[in-house]
Amino acid sequence: MTTDSLILPIALPLLGALLTTALPRIAPVLGVIAAILTALSGLWLTGQVWGDAAQHVVLGGWALPLGIGVAADGLSASLLAMSSLVGLGISVYAVGYFSGSDRSPHFWPLWLLLWTALNGIFLAADLFNLYVMLELLGLSAAALGALTNSREAVAANLRYLLVGLLGSMSYLLGVALIYTAYGTLDIGLLSERIQPSALAATSVVLMTAGLALKAALFPLHFWLPPAHANAPAPVSAALSALVVKAAFYLILRLWTDLFANITTTGAAFILGALGAGAILWGSWRALRAERLKLLAAYSTVAQIGYLFLFFPLLQAMPPGPARDDLFAACVLMAVTHGFAKAGFFLAAGLVQKNAGHDRIDELGGAAQSMPATTFSIALAGSALIGLPPSGSFIAKWVMMRGAFETGQWWWLIVIATGTLLAAAYIFRVLSRAFGQEPTPRCFVTDARAEIPALLLALSSVALLGLAAGPIWSLLGFEGVQT
Amino acid sequence: MSQLLTWTALLPGAILLSSLIPGALIFLLKEESHLLRGVLNMAGAIIKLVLVVVLIWGVFLGGVFETRISIAPGLDLVLHADALSVLFVTLSTVLWLVTTIYAIGYLEHSPNRSRFFGFFSLCVSATVGIALAGNLLTFVIFYEILTLATYPLVAHRGTPDATRGAKIYLAYTMAGGVALLIGAVWLRSLTGPVDFVEGGVLATMPEALHPQLIAIFLFLLVGLGVKAALFPLHGWLPQSMVAPAPVSSLLHAVAVVKAGAFGIVRVVYDVYGVEFASQLGLLTILGVMASITIVYGSIMALSQDGLKKRLAYSTVSQVSYIALGASILGPIATIGGVVHLVHQGIMKITLFFCAGNYAETLGVHKVSEMDGVGRRMPWTTLAFTVGALGMIGIPPIAGFVSKWYLGLGAAEAGEHWVLLILAASTLLNAGYFLPILYKAWFREPPQSWPQEHVFDSRFETMGALLWPPLITAALCLLAGLLAMAPFSPLEWATLIARREYAP
Amino acid sequence: MTAAFLYGGAGILLFALGLWSLLVHEPLLRKLIALNIMGAGVFHVFIAVAHRGDGTPPDPVPHALVLTGIVVAVSATALALALHNRLEQEASDSAKSTPAPAAGLVSGLSIRPQSDPIRHE
Repeated sequence: MTTDSLILPIALPLLGALLTTALPRIAPVLGVIAAILTALSGLWLTGQVWGDAAQHVVLGGWALPLGIGVAADGLSASLLAMSSLVGLGISVYAVGYFSGSDRSPHFWPLWLLLWTALNGIFLAADLFNLYVMLELLGLSAAALGALTNSREAVAANLRYLLVGLLGSMSYLLGVALIYTAYGTLDIGLLSERIQPSALAATSVVLMTAGLALKAALFPLHFWLPPAHANAPAPVSAALSALVVKAAFYLILRLWTDLFANITTTGAAFILGALGAGAILWGSWRALRAERLKLLAAYSTVAQIGYLFLFFPLLQAMPPGPARDDLFAACVLMAVTHGFAKAGFFLAAGLVQKNAGHDRIDELGGAAQSMPATTFSIALAGSALIGLPPSGSFIAKWVMMRGAFETGQWWWLIVIATGTLLAAAYIFRVLSRAFGQEPTPRCFVTDARAEIPALLLALSSVALLGLAAGPIWSLLGFEGVQT
Repeated sequence: MSQLLTWTALLPGAILLSSLIPGALIFLLKEESHLLRGVLNMAGAIIKLVLVVVLIWGVFLGGVFETRISIAPGLDLVLHADALSVLFVTLSTVLWLVTTIYAIGYLEHSPNRSRFFGFFSLCVSATVGIALAGNLLTFVIFYEILTLATYPLVAHRGTPDATRGAKIYLAYTMAGGVALLIGAVWLRSLTGPVDFVEGGVLATMPEALHPQLIAIFLFLLVGLGVKAALFPLHGWLPQSMVAPAPVSSLLHAVAVVKAGAFGIVRVVYDVYGVEFASQLGLLTILGVMASITIVYGSIMALSQDGLKKRLAYSTVSQVSYIALGASILGPIATIGGVVHLVHQGIMKITLFFCAGNYAETLGVHKVSEMDGVGRRMPWTTLAFTVGALGMIGIPPIAGFVSKWYLGLGAAEAGEHWVLLILAASTLLNAGYFLPILYKAWFREPPQSWPQEHVFDSRFETMGALLWPPLITAALCLLAGLLAMAPFSPLEWATLIARREYAP
Repeated sequence: MTAAFLYGGAGILLFALGLWSLLVHEPLLRKLIALNIMGAGVFHVFIAVAHRGDGTPPDPVPHALVLTGIVVAVSATALALALHNRLEQEASDSAKSTPAPAAGLVSGLSIRPQSDPIRHE
């Protein structure tokens, strides 16, 4: 049972990808079925982790250190649940988005491969397996991004591919050094064995740098805005909400699990400072962006920055309920952002389809005639700013508390500025929805496309904002009691 | 689990939901469903009123009403009804009912009504949430939601002016929200969850933390002061007068500014404790800021020709009476400040309703155009007169009662300079209200009004526009005349003061 | 042991050279070759690690990793070439070739289409 639940989230989308390649004419139907099954298997596994504890299995029955482990603990399960639900929403949306388009048979295999890679990353317990899944992720993401075949999209995604390959190479060299020193690639075994040494330090730098490139941490973020802005809407949603999260998840896992003994305050501070740069630079560029999807892409750069701000806080906080709170808040912010960004991009795609363009200054008519879509943008936007009642507000509260408690008050200035800049660029978009266009007749205009966007945005605000407790339970934390 | 199902735990939550659910449903309505929308609006308002009456009775008898939802470990959303919350909730509920009627009439034939009433209901829900907030986290959450819910209402008309006014509003309130958040989290990191407890919780903090506590207070004051329109954070209020009259009246004269003032009262009494705040010198800071605002607002109001702008500056000035009352140590001043929360609300809303009537019926937006309106619209102008005289402080209208208590409390606490401020403010109020009354009643009306709109009614204007100001004007008179009766705002404020100073 | 160090050292050197070439050279094919050289460098390190002494057979795990890595590198190169091919097609399709708007955004890793007069040979 354990093996099944751990393998299904990886095997099902892979199978779906193969089937949709073989039978392109019924690709959308197969794709949605595969999506539903994958989402269900992901949620099933999350339920198991919730109920019992971390799950772990070694493939083929080969014992460690030779075998390849697959594991799910609270952290993986949270992100797996997010990718299941977001992936399902994107799949449903994509059916309508690509209907009648000749891109449809190309989309489904690539998207399901991307999903395979995502689940593989979340569930892998072996460093090299992670490498393979990372590469698969990069390849399918770059191919998906270039789906429209336009010059800008292909050029931007070619750059993304090359950058991703550079990141993977760096990561792989780090893995090689680790293997040189410790003779095993299993994460569980390594976290027990790793001691501070020059080799381990070099390895963590190489791996982090490679993954930071993939996670678009400032100043290595340059590839993201054009790649995400030129991709079709469901692909942008997947890229911004899920793909960069996978890279961040890996850095988090490596720093807090594998290399916990050797990470230093200085190194964590560097990550935090880069995150601060991401917040300020990304928000500033988003404010100046002329196109809606470019704004959303820069917003992703900024949001990733928030996630990296957690590193110096986690490093400085001694182990205990307060640190657990910070960790859970980091996961909460990542998950909320995933839902919010996906909802935002899906809604932006609808607006673009309706208006024929996505230049923000001229969006008035489209925004006003689609109330449900504009509402989704508003909800997702408030989660991106970090306003109540969204999950990111709660995460921000805990993050700020952590900053006060560890005495690192300078991050507060960054958070405050980031919030205000985000409010500026989100409301720049939303103010277009209050013009003097004719009143829309009813709330929902295109159910199949608008409902997924609305539900995703709503989850980030209402669900995660008011019921974030399950994340703490999933991670097995008690948290700071009243 | 079974505790959750007791009605005392459900009541605060139910009061919140009674406007939230209709609001959410209204968004989904088609634009033409007038009847259904009206039904939802009124049903929500009436249910809320009924529940609030139950709450008043329960809190009076000393019952505890608390809805506690755990968002995450250590982070609870708490809706707790104490005497102060009941005051604000009742004010909001009664005035929401009246404003809903007014808004239905005012916005007839306007576009985007489903959107308007949806956000309108959200605003009231947020205000109720602020009123019932039982800890600082909940307060901050609903405070920010109020900003989000009021923005679409300010921007509603869609004109470039409206967009600009909304942008300014947002800039101020978001910056204030960030300041409030920093102050709140800072405090939380020092003390743990900050529950609102009558008498304050911070008096026992060690000496070494006092400088931090002072800094926290300043952050909180800036955050709350934006909404409460304390000088120099008041700039958004005159700009947001571009909103339709129902918005200006309920939200910017009552809900939003009162939320800020209410927050200041909460922080002083239920977080710091009034004696501790006095000890730290915070009350002096507050008193000075409030006094400057009172004088500044009144002076600015003198020079405004636009009627709504004049009333906006009057609000800036008058709301600071509440802060002033909170800044004087002593129960009588507390009573004066707290009761002014109610009195200013009902008087100001009357004035704004009348301003809206003049604009809708006659196209009169400026004071200079108001010659002789008293002849044309006597009932509206009568209501306006009651409100204006109350603002000046003429007995027996409500405003006199609050000023009396403020003055008495100041004298008792030995803060005689406050009496000067009150006197100056009264004179200035007379200076900008009496000319309007004179013009309205004693001048000849012009040949034709700027934009007369003939209503199909035997009264001077639509019923839905006429009754609300008359009702609220009557409330102003009653609150003053029956101030000593049980359950009057004054008696309730006395109850609040008693419970604050007793422990 | 010396052989292993030499081999591994060469691998690291190849990695560094590849990295330098990737960042400095503009034409796409050069970048691709640079990436492949970086990959070869890492594989060299793995093979050096596999050495367990002159008598004993080498550790098979790194060999398996290298094989997998080669496959991945080939797939990635293939995709990059396919995308590049598409860019070429676009460039020759449009009669007047205007510079790609996205290319100006980046300093270190810009892509110049092949139709550019400065070619790699």
